[in-house]
Amino acid sequence: MKEASITGRIISVNGPIVKAEGLTEISMFDIAEVGPDRLIGEVIRLEEDLTIIQVYEDNTGLKPGDEVLSFGRPLSVLLGPGLMGNIYDGIQRPLIGIAERCENHTLIGIADTCYIRKGIKIAPLDPEKKWDFKPTVKEGDVVKEGSVIGELQETELVLHKTIVPPGIAGKVAFIVEAGGYSIEDPIYTVIQDKKIYNGKLADYWPVRKPRPFKNKKSPITPLITGQRILDTFFPIARGGTATIPGGFGTGKTMTQHALAKWCNADIIVYIGCGERGNEMTEVLNDFPRLVDERTGRPLIERTVMIGNTSNMPVPAREVSIYTGVTIAEYYRDMGYSVAVMADSTSRWAEALRELSSRLGDMPAEEGFPPYLATRLAEFYERAGLVETLSNEEGSITIIGAVSPPGGDFSEPVTQHTTRFIRCFWALDKILADARHYPSISWIESYTEYLNDIQEWWSERESEWRVLRNDAMNILLEDNRLQQIVKLVGPDALPEDQRFILFCAEIIKNAFLQQNSFDPKDMYCSPDKQIKLLKAIMCFFRKGKELLLGGLELSKLLSLDAVSEMVRLKSEIGNGEIEKIDAFIQRLEYSLNSLKEEVNIPHTPDFSKGKSANKDI
Amino acid sequence: MRSEVEYTNLSGISGPLIFVQGVKGVGYGDLVEIRNGSGEVRTGQTLEVDEEIAVVQVFEGTTGLSIKGTRATFIGKSLEIPTDREMLGRVFDGLGRPIDGAPQVISDLMMNINGLPINPYTREYPRDFIQTGISAIDGMNTLIRGQKLPIFSGSGMPHNLIAAQIARQARLLTAHEEFTVIFVAMGVKFDIARFFIDSLEESGVLPKSAIFLSLADAPSIERLITPRVALTLAEYLAFTEGMHVLVILTDMTNYCESLRELSSSRGEIPSRKGYPGYLYSDLASVYERAGRIQGKKGSITQIPILTMPSDDISHPVPDLTGYITEGQIVLERELFNKGVYPPIAGLPSLSRLMKDGIGEGRTRKDHAQVAAQLFASYAKVKRIRALAAIVGEEELSDLDKIYLRFGNVFEERFLSQGYNENRSIETTLDIGWEMLSILPEEELYRISKEDIQRYYIPQKGDV
Ligand SMILES: Nc1ncnc2c1ncn2[C@@H]1O[C@H](COP(=O)(O)OP(=O)(O)OP(=O)(O)O)[C@@H](O)[C@H]1O
Ligand SMILES: [Mg+2]
Repeated sequence: MKEASITGRIISVNGPIVKAEGLTEISMFDIAEVGPDRLIGEVIRLEEDLTIIQVYEDNTGLKPGDEVLSFGRPLSVLLGPGLMGNIYDGIQRPLIGIAERCENHTLIGIADTCYIRKGIKIAPLDPEKKWDFKPTVKEGDVVKEGSVIGELQETELVLHKTIVPPGIAGKVAFIVEAGGYSIEDPIYTVIQDKKIYNGKLADYWPVRKPRPFKNKKSPITPLITGQRILDTFFPIARGGTATIPGGFGTGKTMTQHALAKWCNADIIVYIGCGERGNEMTEVLNDFPRLVDERTGRPLIERTVMIGNTSNMPVPAREVSIYTGVTIAEYYRDMGYSVAVMADSTSRWAEALRELSSRLGDMPAEEGFPPYLATRLAEFYERAGLVETLSNEEGSITIIGAVSPPGGDFSEPVTQHTTRFIRCFWALDKILADARHYPSISWIESYTEYLNDIQEWWSERESEWRVLRNDAMNILLEDNRLQQIVKLVGPDALPEDQRFILFCAEIIKNAFLQQNSFDPKDMYCSPDKQIKLLKAIMCFFRKGKELLLGGLELSKLLSLDAVSEMVRLKSEIGNGEIEKIDAFIQRLEYSLNSLKEEVNIPHTPDFSKGKSANKDI
Repeated sequence: MRSEVEYTNLSGISGPLIFVQGVKGVGYGDLVEIRNGSGEVRTGQTLEVDEEIAVVQVFEGTTGLSIKGTRATFIGKSLEIPTDREMLGRVFDGLGRPIDGAPQVISDLMMNINGLPINPYTREYPRDFIQTGISAIDGMNTLIRGQKLPIFSGSGMPHNLIAAQIARQARLLTAHEEFTVIFVAMGVKFDIARFFIDSLEESGVLPKSAIFLSLADAPSIERLITPRVALTLAEYLAFTEGMHVLVILTDMTNYCESLRELSSSRGEIPSRKGYPGYLYSDLASVYERAGRIQGKKGSITQIPILTMPSDDISHPVPDLTGYITEGQIVLERELFNKGVYPPIAGLPSLSRLMKDGIGEGRTRKDHAQVAAQLFASYAKVKRIRALAAIVGEEELSDLDKIYLRFGNVFEERFLSQGYNENRSIETTLDIGWEMLSILPEEELYRISKEDIQRYYIPQKGDV
């Protein structure tokens, strides 16, 4: 190991905040190794000769006088092949590696492989594994920052491109031949004006520094999530930003998991920030078994996980979202579309609050530091559809969950977040209590991407925007009418308004509700979404005409097709949507036969139909 | 080993804290032994240390300590307790010292009471159904072995009865394995502790249980240690001895109040309602010590009980608990006033681990759908009741009236049961179907046609 260049000593310890002196040459955000266990910390403030360090591991036992070391390097993420399928803690220590390493230790007489001990140092990427690397440039070629110099198959799903790091350009003086190489082997050399850069398959990048790109573009394609309420009503674009605020148990994590499973990004970075251990375990269990519909490969092959659970050290929670988004940028720079899920950004903000209060900062709202909004902005700003340094298109979509205290959206984290996102997927406690899942409110949610992505849908169904808006209007009208219903009951409303209530109920049950545990319904393809919506809107439009023509409402409501409509989503799979067409035909047929009834004027009809008790 | 030096130089005492001056070589988190003038020994922990002063919280409180005459010895390690099987059948105080007259537990295995975070990679996702014999729980909010499922209650409601009933009746359907209860009392009155002890005794579980009591008259700061001591024993029993441990923690609201007290005497900036900003992380360090671990036989299931001040579920204690635990059993004042036992609220209660622990081969194939339908239909009952309160019941449609009947019968037959009534999961689901059969078949849209055909009971008079 290299000698530490800078040393100092601790003068005080207050929770994870350590003050040290004597580290005169240290810079902001450098790594500091603290105490006899050489715990990992980061310099977060410099005050005259005082260095303030936040320690990312359990630091009980540290005492004034203990040594602090530094190599003068910033806290960084190791970027290279082997990230896919891995799970890391907030400072990129591999949890799998930790479990294996602990196997050889017994701490207190019992084997404790299941616990994370402090002071463990393990390389984030396997230094020995050989990757089958193929160069794509040859000696003498001129390359610039972002140029691809070779490729390797990281997993079946991910072709990993080795790119010249930002800031490096010149002539390729050396490049290996195709073959098996580890991340420590020399791979290429670039020379410019006597400046020599020796490249490997992996490289460090400072965790808090965004990776550069050429320029940002406006998003145009939707990120398809397979969740009807999102794709159809509140779509997000690739490269966009969204937030999911909601009280406990309203479905933030379920939604994030569903997105990680089914969204059509190339790469998923899932950040469990200060949440439950079992939820990470669930991802670890499910993803190797779940198969991506488009490729037939296990989802784990395109997923990187950061798991800094609620019982792990708080400061590492703060850094975990940067670790995650830096990894996302690395794959974006290869030209991929990456989706980042952060569950929950509130825990990150709380970590910020805790650390700032230990530093004695003056708090702004609810104890949060005044720089909360700036930090949130910086994080969401790392999303976007970009032209990479090598002129490819890559994107990062960020979806952050927010856990507002008491489920009250007026608190600072939710409020500031809404300033930096363009999709607001509000979870509703009342819907969750009624087990209407996903409990995303169609009243409070919004998206600003509708115009950007409309064309994509219109190519599939020219009437898409009209269908979507008409359905939305029914829901809005329903919401208005419900206020009246609360006072006078539904029967006091005229028939056309009761019909709206009825259709809104169908939209809620047959379309918006989507059970994440139902094998046929958990993922709904765009085409199936269109067809289901068409069926419902066909009933609405034809039904409205019939009512105008004088048909009794009860006749419409008691159609057999109506109760069938609610079951379509879970009875018809994505691969058999022609069955929905057939259903629509039957629906039209039965509506048309009702039409004939209307045409027979003033003939009371007692013979057909069940009793009309269906005023939902 | 570090040499232990005794310091006599106190610069201040404030709430549960003492400030010791001139310290050398004291570590953050170190254990401290404090002696007062009369030689009485107390235990403390270092919260903050610099080159001059160590801030120490005294678990037994500072009553009777003076600036002069108090001596502090810093022991270069964190608080540890001995762990052993022998601790079952015993009663301890809030710091883990025996108070049943029997001798101190001796064990080679001293464990740090703060434990270590479990690596999520080594966790085993909990899936084993625990039958509690209570329909509202088994049918709709299933408890899973290794889950943390709190009871959110209000003053005067029967949370203790319910917890005791669970402790008495809980069993696994699939296997017969070693089962034990750890009961942890924090700031509750002696009669509540007595009630649990008696109830464990009656059911014969007492000799296999461990009891930790930090009662209302104990120093409040001690309560911060009590759950950690108990969970340390639980971890030993579960992951070393392979036992299935049910930990009942009551009352977490008292625990949080102690934390608030400590925080305010340190002069920290409070977040909501005076509770410290780190309440979430602190609670997580208790609740996350539940679960299962790959390759280990045992499990830790937690049932924390908390009373919601003025029945307010958005109060920081239930709120932050709900954000950490895997669901919650909420008791409802309205049901309680109606005389329903157990008054488990139909809608806000939730078990998040239910989904993987039920169904074919675990409980019964129709379980998930029956539960979903009961929830949805009961939600509708609530809406209709609100409407009926305004327009009058007579004005309701026939269907709405059927729903009201369903709601009443559901509360009387399904939710209500005896304190000693132990229902099998089949009985629970069958009663569920009886309830659902009050509704017209078309209303059961959460249930597959196949299950309706099999279980739905057509009403007399219907065609
Ligand atoms: N789409 C869905 N389909 C089926 N069940 C769902 C769905 N969404 C939520 N649920 C149910 O709601 C429960 C709570 O959801 P989830 O864990 O996502 O909540 P959360 O908002 O992340 O809560 P917390 O803030 O406490 O983490 C789940 O365990 C599941 O039972
Ligand atoms: Mg969650």
